[in-house]
Amino acid sequence: MARKPRLAVFKFASCDGCQLSLLDAEDELLTLCDLIEIAHFAEASSDLKPGPYDIALVEGSITTAEDAERIRQIRVDSRYLMTIGACATAGGIQALRNWGNIDELVRSVYPQPEFISTLATSTPIAQHVHVDFELHGCPINHHQLVDVLIALVEGRQPRVPSHSVCLDCKRNGNVCHVVAQSIPCLGPVTQSGCGAICPSYNRGCYGCFGPSRPANTTSLLSQFQHLGHRRNDLVPLLQSFNAAAPEFDSAAAQLRALNESTDEQ
Amino acid sequence: MSSFETIKVPILTRVEGEGKATIRIADGIVSDVELNIFEPPRLFEAILRGRPMEEVPDITARICGICPVAYQMSSVHALENALGVEITPETRQLRRLLYCGEWIESHSLHIYMLHAPDFFGVASGIELSKRFPDAVKRGLQLKKYGNQLLERLGGRAIHPVNVKIGGFYKLPSRELLSSLIPHFEWGLQAAIETVHWVRGFPFDDFEQPHDLVALSHPDEYALNEGEITSSNGLRIAAADFDGSFVEEQVPHSTALHSVFRNGRTSYLVGPLARVNLNWERLSPEARRLAIDAGFANVCRNPFKGIIARAIELVHAYEEALSLLRQYNPKGPASVEYQPRNAVGTAATEAPRGMLFHEYRIDASGKVVSGRIVPPTSQNQKQIECDVLKFLQRGPANIASRDQMANDCERLIRSYDPCISCSTHFLKVRWET
Repeated sequence: MARKPRLAVFKFASCDGCQLSLLDAEDELLTLCDLIEIAHFAEASSDLKPGPYDIALVEGSITTAEDAERIRQIRVDSRYLMTIGACATAGGIQALRNWGNIDELVRSVYPQPEFISTLATSTPIAQHVHVDFELHGCPINHHQLVDVLIALVEGRQPRVPSHSVCLDCKRNGNVCHVVAQSIPCLGPVTQSGCGAICPSYNRGCYGCFGPSRPANTTSLLSQFQHLGHRRNDLVPLLQSFNAAAPEFDSAAAQLRALNESTDEQ
Repeated sequence: MSSFETIKVPILTRVEGEGKATIRIADGIVSDVELNIFEPPRLFEAILRGRPMEEVPDITARICGICPVAYQMSSVHALENALGVEITPETRQLRRLLYCGEWIESHSLHIYMLHAPDFFGVASGIELSKRFPDAVKRGLQLKKYGNQLLERLGGRAIHPVNVKIGGFYKLPSRELLSSLIPHFEWGLQAAIETVHWVRGFPFDDFEQPHDLVALSHPDEYALNEGEITSSNGLRIAAADFDGSFVEEQVPHSTALHSVFRNGRTSYLVGPLARVNLNWERLSPEARRLAIDAGFANVCRNPFKGIIARAIELVHAYEEALSLLRQYNPKGPASVEYQPRNAVGTAATEAPRGMLFHEYRIDASGKVVSGRIVPPTSQNQKQIECDVLKFLQRGPANIASRDQMANDCERLIRSYDPCISCSTHFLKVRWET
């Protein structure tokens, strides 16, 4: 029998929730451990084995100079590097700093900001090293994680659906909140994976799985404005957990530009 | 000539988030212990400014993937306090049920996967499963049912989506929740077995004179509301937190330690504090087990935090079972509110201890400023004091460096520290 693939889990700026998803796979965890050797997973084991690793799961975004170095070494040590979650794939909620003044932000939180060393930006892992596969979501869906790991063990190309939450929502039989109640919902431009939970719980999707491919944000946002939503109120909806994902970022920039030109009139 | 030596535990494992510990030895005696946090700052309080207040429960949830409900509960109650919102009795019960789900998920994870391995000298819950397959499977099943409750009531287990100012977005159907009852009947028995299992673990004799702090409520085991009480007789409203507690900056660390304002002494929050202070209001089975385990006479051995956690696991299953049996969705899912210029505070009991939030909002419903004091930053000074004492029990040159590092990590782990939480609040400041 071939040796088991060696798995490593690494954390950068994040909440721990995506790596916790591996431990939340309660039904699959022990079986998975028969197929995969967990070589480095600090949240779950004190036995931290050195690389090289066959699969690295990377959670979190890059917000310090040390972390920018650390991810390079992890890349060197890892044959297949997969990012998990909105922080690692898009910079996460902490990427809101990218639109602010970092010194002012740090001063507002810390009394002695000189002790804090952090970068002005929160950036996704793929801006620093080559990433082999990205799993989206804030948090990721643990069923998708298990599927992808099994695909890798079996030597298959992992696949996750890239259609929009909107399709899943229709499949759930929900009445559309945009059409029926004029609630702004990002379901039409957000990647599938959550099971359309927000619309199923009577609220609009807030885009935590990031942009679907394609994502017609222009059309959706003009529809929201047609329904009476102010541009100012739509910006925070786009600028949340995946604020730095290019599609959401440019859509928010477009809204802000329109605001400014309206102000000038 | 004096000799100095430093032992480092480079990565604390089986804790939530990333931290390390430093032990300093001078002339053969442990002279100092530091719990260092190297999680990068995520600047949550800064990010919240100017955001619509409706987003606060969703954004603060992202502080911690293990206890997102705690952040949702403290933030939503603080905002309701600011807005003068009175939630319905049904919402109040349903929020207790949601919190039970999180306590179950978090406590099962810590007991079985993170802490129990220490008592058998193995590296992980997965290794432990080779020796105790039935116990670890029981732990995973206990955890799974907690997550199922979170999924049905909150939409998903990590970062649930159903909590809103004024109540919930949607009341789940009766069938969706009542179909969990058989699982929770099993879970209550399995939680009781958990208490029996962990009580038999070999514990270091390390009773400490902790000042214990927890919310207390006259009618129930405090989760979402109550007065802040302590083992030294403190009893104050949550809104008066600042009158009795203060965050201190220490020279060796950027982290602030929360201490009593009078005397600047450390205190302990979390399951051990709660069970000691509030054992009389535990559910019947949990209370019986707490008395059996000696909590009626005060137990302040941090290593026995695992017993307190298991007793609370019983409580959470027993209370959840009772709430599930009573559940009958009626009335509005949430109540209306109007934004106004105001300040609101709330403290709730996160799985790891008291979590204090304070928000200032404006008349347009935007956040002006926010402030959060998580349990781990409150426990940090106590943890350092305890580890120092524990390592000072014998001459440092007798114990090997590895043994000392291992003892240090083992004790730190017993508090279930949540480093992702604590790091974002190294400093908390309230601008008026």
